[in-house]
This record gives sequence, C-alpha cells and structure tokens, in this order.
Amino acid sequence: MRELLFLVPGLPLLGAAILMLGAGRLSARAEAAIGTLSVGIAALIAFSIAAGFMLSPPVGDAYRQVLWRWFDVGGLAPEIALRLDPLSLVMILVTSGVGFFIHLFSTEFMAGEEGYGRYFAYLNLFVAAMLLLVLADDFLALFAGWEGVGLCSYLLIGFWWRDPANGLAARKAFIVTRIGDTAFMIGLLLIATRLGTLNIAQAMQHASAMWHTGGAMPTLVAFLLIGGAVGKSAQLPLQTWLPDAMAGPTPVSALIHAATMVTAGVYLIARTHALFQLAPVAQATVGVIGGATLLLAGFSALAQNDIKRILAYSTMSQIGYMFVALGVGAWQAAMFHLMTHACFKALLFLSAGAITMRLHHEQNIFRMGGLARRLPAAFLGFLIGSAALAALPVVTAGFYSKEAILSGAWADGNGGRVLWAAGLIGAFVTGLYIFRAVFIAFFGEAHTEVTGRYGWRVVVPLAVLSTLSVFGGLIELPPAFGHVTLLSNLLAPVLPTTPEAPGIGLLVVASLASVLGIGLAAVLYLRPSRPPAETALWRFWHKGACFDQLYDRALVQPVLAAARAGRDEVVDLAYDGVVQIVRALHRAAARTQNGQVRFYAAGLTVGSILLIAIAVLR
Amino acid sequence: MILLWLLLIPGVGGALAWAVGGRGPEWPRRVAVGALAIDLLLAAALIGPAAAGRSQWIARLDLPWIPQLGISFELDLDGLSLVLILLTIALGIVSVVISRTEITDRVGFFHANLLWTVTGVIGVFLALDLFLFFFFWELMLVPMYFVIALWGHENRFYASIKFFIFTQGSGLLMLVAILGLVFIHWHQSGQLTFDYFALLGTKMSQTTALLLMLGFFIAFAVKLPVFPFHTWLPDAHTEAPTAGSVLLAGVLLKTGAYGLLRFVVPLFPGAAHMFAPVAMALAVVGILYGALLAFAQNDMKRLVAYSSISHMGFVLLGVFAWNTLALDGVVMQMLAHGVSTGALFILVGALQERIHTRNMRLMGGLWGVLPRLSGFAMIFAIASLGLPGLGNFIGEFLILLGSYQASVVFTVIAGRSRGVTSRGDGGVAPRDHRARRLSATGLRPSGAKHRMATP
Repeated sequence: MRELLFLVPGLPLLGAAILMLGAGRLSARAEAAIGTLSVGIAALIAFSIAAGFMLSPPVGDAYRQVLWRWFDVGGLAPEIALRLDPLSLVMILVTSGVGFFIHLFSTEFMAGEEGYGRYFAYLNLFVAAMLLLVLADDFLALFAGWEGVGLCSYLLIGFWWRDPANGLAARKAFIVTRIGDTAFMIGLLLIATRLGTLNIAQAMQHASAMWHTGGAMPTLVAFLLIGGAVGKSAQLPLQTWLPDAMAGPTPVSALIHAATMVTAGVYLIARTHALFQLAPVAQATVGVIGGATLLLAGFSALAQNDIKRILAYSTMSQIGYMFVALGVGAWQAAMFHLMTHACFKALLFLSAGAITMRLHHEQNIFRMGGLARRLPAAFLGFLIGSAALAALPVVTAGFYSKEAILSGAWADGNGGRVLWAAGLIGAFVTGLYIFRAVFIAFFGEAHTEVTGRYGWRVVVPLAVLSTLSVFGGLIELPPAFGHVTLLSNLLAPVLPTTPEAPGIGLLVVASLASVLGIGLAAVLYLRPSRPPAETALWRFWHKGACFDQLYDRALVQPVLAAARAGRDEVVDLAYDGVVQIVRALHRAAARTQNGQVRFYAAGLTVGSILLIAIAVLR
Repeated sequence: MILLWLLLIPGVGGALAWAVGGRGPEWPRRVAVGALAIDLLLAAALIGPAAAGRSQWIARLDLPWIPQLGISFELDLDGLSLVLILLTIALGIVSVVISRTEITDRVGFFHANLLWTVTGVIGVFLALDLFLFFFFWELMLVPMYFVIALWGHENRFYASIKFFIFTQGSGLLMLVAILGLVFIHWHQSGQLTFDYFALLGTKMSQTTALLLMLGFFIAFAVKLPVFPFHTWLPDAHTEAPTAGSVLLAGVLLKTGAYGLLRFVVPLFPGAAHMFAPVAMALAVVGILYGALLAFAQNDMKRLVAYSSISHMGFVLLGVFAWNTLALDGVVMQMLAHGVSTGALFILVGALQERIHTRNMRLMGGLWGVLPRLSGFAMIFAIASLGLPGLGNFIGEFLILLGSYQASVVFTVIAGRSRGVTSRGDGGVAPRDHRARRLSATGLRPSGAKHRMATP
C-alpha cells in the first residue's frame, strides 16, 4: 500500500490538470466529480496507508519514496522525494480527509457559479500543493509546495474576480505571505550553504552535530524560518492578510483555515524542531509570538460583526495557541491541537457557509437572529464547532487539545507560566466571542428570511465534522481522564515527548475560564442586542489593532512614493544632461555659420594670423 | 561547415524574404519561417554530439579572412553557444508567426530585418575571432534599429536612436579594448592575431587589464543591461513592435550575458576578480531598481521591460559569483527569461491589438472576455515571478545559492558530510533530463574558480 504514496498528492494534481485543460469542455457534473473524487480517493489511500503504517511501522518509522531528481548541479542534487513518517502521516490525514469534505460541500455551495470547473481546479491544486508540502523530504520540494499553497490562496481568494476588492485581498494575501517566504528562502540558502544539504532529515542531523545550542547560526536560521512560518500561519507581525482573505468563497476559507495553508507554519516549525532546540531564543520567540497573537486576535474577534471575520480572527488566535505549544516545546500538543482545530474550524466555516447560502449571502450576525429553529442542521454544526473552539470541558475535542497546550506551557516553568496565563485569558475570550456570535445569530428574533434548501452534500460534511469535533479528542486524554496516548505514541519517534501533565488542578482552572467566557456571553447576548456603539476602543479592535493602518503609513506609502518618484526614470536625467551639453555646443557652433561673407573672411584672417604667430613665436 | 550554414541560411533567407515581398505579404512569412525552421533543424542536429560530451567544442570552423592583420573567420560552438542559438532561432520563428496581424506594411523588408538580426545574434554566439565578433556585434544592431524605427509605436524615433547610440557608443569602447588587447599581445609575442584562444593568456599589468576589461564590460553591461546603463531598454522594448520586443528581450539581452561569460572573465580573470564586488553591487542595485520601477509602471509593456532589468541583474550576479552553481543558474535564468519574458511581450502585444491600449489603469475584467489569454498570462506571470517548479525559480535559486556559497566553510562542511554532496564538479553523472541539459552548456569553471573565489 505504501508504494501508492505518490498518488496522495498526485491524484489531486492530476485532477487539477484535467480540470484546467478541460475547461469549457466538461459538464458541471463531471467537473464536480473529478474535483471531489480525486481528493476523495487520495484520502482513502492516505487512510489505508495510515492503517498499514500503524499495524506494521516501517524500519526507522519512516518510509521514503524518491520520485525523481530535480536537478544536479555542482554537488547540489535535490530530489523530489516523499517522506512518510508519523508527522507527515498526521498531516496528510488532516489535509486529504478534511479537504475531501470541503470539496463535497463545495459541489453544492458553488453550484451554478461562473467558473465552476476553475474553482475545483484551484481547490485540487491547493490540496495537492499542501500534500507536497507536508510529504516533502527535501526543503526545496517543501518550498515548492509552500509557494504553491500561496499561489492557490491568491487564486481562490480572488476567485470572484469581478469585484476589485477581492483582487485586492488576494494580492494582499500573496504579497504579505511572500514577505515571509523571502525570509524562508534566505534561511534555505543558509541551510544549503552551511549544512551542505537541503534534505530535511540530514540537515537536522548536521545541525545537531555541527552547531552548538544557542549559537549564532542556528538562531539566525531559526529566525528566518520563523519569518516564513508567521507569514503563512498569519501570526504577528504578518497576520494582516487573514481577515481580508474572507473575500473568497466560504469553503475556500474553510480550506485555508483548517486543512491547509495556515497550518503550514506550525508544521514547518514542528518539522524542524531539532533546529529550534538549538536556538532557545528563537523558540521562546515563537511562544511569545503565539501568546501575543492569540490575545490580539481574540480581542479583535470580539469587535467583529461579520460571522466570517469572527472565524478568521479565531483561526489566528488558535494558531497562536499552537505557536505557544511550539514555543514551550510541547510539540505533540501543537500537532494535537492542529488536528482538532482542523476539524472544528472546517465545521464552523462550513456551517457559516450553509447559513449564508440560505440568507442571500448575509454575513452580519446582527441581521441574522433566530436561526436555531429555522436552520437546525447548520445550527447544530455551528454550535458543536463553537463548543469545541471554546474548549467546552470534557465533551469536546478542543478541550483536550487546548488542555494539552496549557499544561505544557505550565510545565515549562517561569516563561511558560506567563504564556499559560495568556492562554487562560485567551480561553475566556474565546468562549466569550464565539458564543456572542452563537447567541446573536441563532437566538432571538429573525431579521432576514431564510430561503431555499440544501441537500445531503451540505449535511453529510457537517455531520462528519461534528462527530470528529466531539470525539476527535479521545485519541489523547490527560491522566485525569483515563490517560489515552494514541497520538503521542504515534508521534513519539519524530517529536520529543512532553513532560507529564501536572494534575487536575490546572484542568479545573482552564475549564472554568472557558465556561466563564461562555456564561458571560449568555448573560450579555441571550437577550435582544443591537450592534455595538462605535467607540474608539471598539474601532481599534475592529480593525485588528490597526496594524493595517500602521503598515500602510510605515511601509506601503513610502514604497508607493518611491515608485512614483522613480517612474519616469531618474537615471535618464544624467543622460539628458549630456544631451543638453551636446545641444548647447551644437548651437554655439551653428551660430558661426551665419551666411555673412565678411564674418567668414574675418575668421579666416584671424585664424591665419594666429597660425603664423604660433609658427614664428615658436 | 555546419556552422557556416547556420549563419548563411537566415542571412540569405532574409534577402530572399525581401525579394519576394512584392508578391504579397504571405510570401516573406513563408520564406522566413522556412529558413528558420531549416536552421533550427540544423542546430538541433548538434544536440546529439553535444550530449555525447567528448570535448568542450562541438563544432569548429576556421577560414582565413584577412591574414595580413591576423583576422580569420573563426567560428566555434560549445554547449553554451548551442543552447543560446537554439533559443534564438526558436524565438525567431515565434516572432515571425506573431507578426502576422501586426505587420502589414513593407512586410518583405520587415522579415529581412528580423532574419538579419537573428543572423547577427547567431554570429555573436559563434565568432571566436575578436574582430569577427565585433563585426557581428555591430551587425545585429542595424536591422534591429530599423525594426524599431520603422514598425514601432508612437515614440519610435526617440527610442530607436537612443537604442542605437547607447549600443554603438559602448561598442566603440569594446573596439578600443579589443585593439588594445591585440596590440599588447602583438608586442609580447610578435604575433598579430585576433584569435580568442591565442589572446586568452595575455599577460599585462593590473591597471591595463582593468581598463581593457572595463571596455568589454561596459559594452556588455549596456546590452544586458546593467544599472545605470539600462535606460535605453524600457524605451526600446516599449516602442518596438511585438516581434522586436521578443527578440530584444529574449535574445539580444543574452548577447551581453554571453559576452561577460565568454570574454570578460576568461580574458581578464584577475581584473574581473578585482571588479567583482562592484559588478555584484551593480547587479543587486539593478535587481531592486528594476523591480521597483516595474512596480511603478502603468504601461504594461514598460512593466515587462523593467522586469527584464531586474532579471538580468541576477545574471550579472551569477556571472561574477563564478562557480558551477551560479553559472548553471545563469544559463537556466537566460533560457527561462527568454521564454517567459518573450511570452509576456507577446501577450501584451495581443492585448494591445485587441483593446488599443497598454495602460493597465484602463484595463479590467479581461478574464471574462479573454479567458484563455488571461490563463496564459497568469502562467507566464507566475513563471516570471519565480514560482518553484517553473524555470526561473531554478535559475534564480542556483544563482543565489552560488553567490551565497562565498565562504570556505561550505567546502569544509561538504567535505565532512561524506557522500551527501558530491565533491567537486561533475563528480556525479547527471541522471535526469534537466540536469543533462544544464551540464550540456559545458560551463565548468575549472581553472578560473580558484583565482576567482567570490568576495
């Protein structure tokens, strides 16, 4: 079965190619079938490979499949090779599995849209690029997937191209993430030149062998990789593209936020954890970035009225939790939360999509209201997703994964305690902002009428993802709850284990934080409420702490001004100067040719006298 | 003899195309495509011997021309020339095909100029007698001047004269440098010759070498173009008809890079080494400056033109880094840039024919009316921005890696990690197709590498 690994990224890629080449010749039915089945079959293969992997792990807990050698120049011969180890196994399951349900949902959500086939082509390419990213054995192949993901996000965010605002959002996502990618690329060049290889596993071995802990070189490289990671994962200071990325169709947001793209940064740091262990400063920075982002995004989510923007900030915040986990060395907890988050965030976005489908694309929660009775399936999905996001104790998957992160942070000691506190506040805020949305949108009076109906292709993904959001946490339970360690056993060969969780007291505190948040939301919003007043503080958080304004003033405007100033080629002024001098000389010389014979005669005479004088005086 | 045919076929084809121009516009096109197709087949036949890789030189020809002055008609072809010649002829065919609707006036003469430009460029890539090289260098300039001046857009006279003066003026510097080099060699060995191989090891003082090197460098730098000698390029590219832009960007710029690779560094290794920091600094400035100005443009064609300046900065960087990685990257970058930028110019030209403007501020919503053209534009745009998996990425990545590989530390590491990296050049037999094509360029900086360790 393992030999079929290449089909996991290969099938979606093939699907994308067929859809692109067949644009305009295929029926919508065929396009939907190709798009969905290519990812579906890839997911099936991934799951059967996973089953085989767990029953009989390969030697060294990794299976390597070389597809071809990319190029071979001067001793550098990167390969397009796939590497299946527990870490990439988890990632392909998430990407292909969740990706499949998003595809299935899309077949109905996008029905009748212009560019139906183009949509599925991009979606397939997106999944293929992400699968290449997580399966890559080589930094260069990883980078190819990394950039492919960036390109597809650009194409999909700007999918509804008739509105220029969508194009703007797409460009913003592409450019902002590419700033991070540039740092990443410089990091790759350093790795290639200093460690002599671009193979990830070898590079990590060499790094551990050649660099000592806390050295300048590992710290520099780790910071450059962080640059790439914060761009893709929308963390401070490159987080500004994510809220605008909502311009794309809702299932695209589900794909970007859950199964692909934003998890890439977390994956990258987890994959190169050996490097980060050599650079404690960089690793601590990851934690600080995560802590700051989770709070900033949580507060910003409180000040949003658009249901998709609330979810966007919640993604930023949850990825912040994963960064905290990476920063304190709770590698497995980060991956655990990545998995559960993929399920419940996809669920939340698809539920939101199901709602807006039936509400004439209304996204303002204050114009919804009373949807619980009229859209029961979407309500149930959104409720379960929200509960998991808010980490409702015991019954949701999100509780267990967030708990793993918080206890990991606590166990890390002094610096970790601060991050733990931030995470605790974050948990409270999360409960507050997401149940604010639930109570306003689903309870109270109806403000917009519901039309149409949806079929099984909407309901099935919601049902499956709901199940996963509730029971997905059972693969890893803390000691107080039966102590299941399926995931950490699986990941043990690739990621260092986390110190033993510190007991039930912390669990209670964390549970209280999220329950209090939900309770406060119930008190505040379970009664008819109006949109908040536009105070200065509200506006500040509504704009995501005004980072856009800051960057606009500090970076965008100066660059634009420089570009405008240079548009007409400053360098040409120098050449124009030469031209002016030549012209002036020309005019001076031309003036002597005035057509007056006496002038010429005088010139002749003076010239002759001068010549004779020179000859005589010499 | 095959090298002579490579030159004669487009040259004579051009004259023929002009002659049959009176019979109607279809005839010159047929003649031009036919001549170039035969030429392409001839050149393609040389790929086999090149891949066999017995020696660096695949084919050579040496006929006496002006023996009294030591000038001979010497043509030599190695992997680098072959790759560039293939690119030249292929883009030549493309240029003829796409001019079908754009050029309706003096069709015969247009195709004659197009083919003569191709002839001049092929000559530049083949000639290894310095006098002959200079002859072809000037030859490719004149027909291109006519292409811009006669069939260009609004501001064509200004652009064509600017192009002419920049290239001609810098060519003069090269002529002086060539003569200087030849005289110094004559003085030393008592032998008057323009032969490249004879001149290779000429000894001279540092200052002389630097001055002569600068003569060559400026000529090639104008062509490449290198900041601050680039200002002719946006005007010429923008005002030229589409076929002219394709040839200019795809092929003529590469003659500058070729000159740097073939003449500047091998003839003056010491001076080039001394000059490398300056050249690399200019390269980096060019990369950023070209990119910023490309970003500032509203005229789509000017945008593509400025992006060329940026991309050619990478080429200059790679040439002066002078190691296997960087040089193979340079060749890859030249090919990828020739194809992607040529395609972008074609797309802009097609757009202009349809909507009669190049101002992007007046465009919008083209995906709805021109879905295929938009799709292709997307592909070539992402190729141009260097997305991994496409050609430009390989070129830029290798160049960056090569320039990065500045330090001894890497060699130490490479030696320590046994078997991870093959030691030295060509230690590993290239296994896949792309690797073979890259190494077929024959660029193996054997001796010069040690003298020219990067700064």
